[in-house]
Amino acid sequence: MKGLWLDFERPIIELESKIEELKGIRGVDAEINKLKSQLKKLKKSVYSNLNRWQRVQLARHPRRPYALDIIKEITEDFIELHGDRCFADDKAIVSGIAKLADYRVVIIAEQKGRDTKEKISRNFGMPHPEGYRKAMRIMKLAEKFGLPLITMVDTPGAYPGVGAEERGQAEAIARNLFSLATLEIPIIVIILGEGGSGGALAIALGDRILMLENSIYSVISPEGCASILWRDAARNKEAAEALKITAEDLKKLGVIDEIIPEPVGGAHIDVAKTVDNIKSAIIKNLMELKKIPIDKLISSRIEKFRNIGEYKE
Amino acid sequence: MWFRKKVKARPEEKLKLPDGLWVKCEPCGEILYRKELQKNLWICPRCNFHFRIGCRNYITLLLDDAHLDEKDKDLEAVDPLNFPEYKKKIKSAQKKTGMKDAVVYGLARIGGIPVVFTAMDFGFMGGSMGSVVGEKIARAIRLARARRFPLIILSASGGARMQEGIFSLMQMAKTSAELALLAKERIPFLSILTHPTTAGVMASYASLGDIIIAEPGALLGFTGPRVIEQTIGEKLPPGFQRSKFMLEHGLVDLVVSRKEMRNILIKILNIIWESG
Ligand SMILES: [Zn+2]
Repeated sequence: MKGLWLDFERPIIELESKIEELKGIRGVDAEINKLKSQLKKLKKSVYSNLNRWQRVQLARHPRRPYALDIIKEITEDFIELHGDRCFADDKAIVSGIAKLADYRVVIIAEQKGRDTKEKISRNFGMPHPEGYRKAMRIMKLAEKFGLPLITMVDTPGAYPGVGAEERGQAEAIARNLFSLATLEIPIIVIILGEGGSGGALAIALGDRILMLENSIYSVISPEGCASILWRDAARNKEAAEALKITAEDLKKLGVIDEIIPEPVGGAHIDVAKTVDNIKSAIIKNLMELKKIPIDKLISSRIEKFRNIGEYKE
Repeated sequence: MWFRKKVKARPEEKLKLPDGLWVKCEPCGEILYRKELQKNLWICPRCNFHFRIGCRNYITLLLDDAHLDEKDKDLEAVDPLNFPEYKKKIKSAQKKTGMKDAVVYGLARIGGIPVVFTAMDFGFMGGSMGSVVGEKIARAIRLARARRFPLIILSASGGARMQEGIFSLMQMAKTSAELALLAKERIPFLSILTHPTTAGVMASYASLGDIIIAEPGALLGFTGPRVIEQTIGEKLPPGFQRSKFMLEHGLVDLVVSRKEMRNILIKILNIIWESG
């Protein structure tokens, strides 16, 4: 087994291990084939009927590909650039320049850690103000050299700590939104896993907003919402349903432009396939955006956000 | 040049707030006599904490003739996500405050200078920003740009309105983008921060003022203190995230008493804004 399964995947693993057991035995080929086709059906039914909380679990899956796993595969000559030139190099955000197919691009991405040591050094993907200010420096660099910007979002949220407040977490996020709005280059945003509130949005204002099929994007975590609304973090499933946080939801609500498909079972089941899908989505969008004159691009970028929201008058 | 009315000292108007003979000052713990507090414009005589007074009182306190030519008064929330209890909450907030949602905006004059004035009200669902607040702030910014009037936004908000989910988050992007366009026109934006202003509002327009002015004692920041305490597992020092802390960490330009706010705004506008 590939280790680390989610609770709703139990029937699948059970069937898979049954098939594994039979494999050593002679004369049960027919039985194995029968189980295999059963397995295929089971997978399809489980993964095509995921509820929102199950999506959350997939979006946070410990084996989900993180930004650098993807950047490494879709680019050549990725050169990571460090630091905000002011206070520190926040490892919860990575940034750099690279070649991607026929394009030269700049990438800014939120990065989680895989093992305990890396998790800590990356602060579980929760940036400090210096991370957002590094992002700001790098987006200005992209603008200066006319290189399209690709941002990748994967964070539980901006870090809620003492130092973060002292150094102006709110201002750092606000300033990025302000700058991205009129940045004179094409911007493609991809939500890879968790799009956690303002900490995600700080690098997610762009011309095209894409979401991986099992990623989530929300104003507040389901747990946070449940504990505020019902004073009970355990009601996270209800909160996830109420908040409408899946790629499908956000596409319907007109907040995102495109959903990037994942392999059945999630991005981690077949990372190569996931990476391929991401790469082709980027190339397709870059091709389209590059044709649009920059002033038109900026005005439709702002128009897009201007139109989000519902009210009556 | 605009003709500017001579700034007259304002009588200390009595600001209306809900009843109760005695009131406890949250930061210093002092028990205060309501009438005394009211006479002092709801400022704690002991620690200078500025109590919340609601957006209508700021219109009285800051604007010429206490007058706001309010726009888009009837903009009202819908329930786009069909969120549990949301419709009920809006109704009861409307009943409680007499407002349609948590912000008012319109045209006004301050010391004779025409401005677009915007004020939030924490009393309406914690001043939370959903589609209506975001839209009205965006329209206020566009109005300032169209008329070439300075923009003043007085904030008081716990952040984005959870009940409108992702729409609320996107209002941060919407309002910040409009401010970027305003800035290109070199029209000033003065941001006034009152108690409390946090999260989504603080992480968008409230932090983007050309000049940022805080009322004394206001709680200002990204994450609320309770969540930070839970995260780091210890008590935060007194004064953390309060106006003085913000000033010391370089995050606001000025901390100004409610009593002086109008005069300071007039002085600032007279220096940085020469229209005509
Ligand atoms: Zn006090």
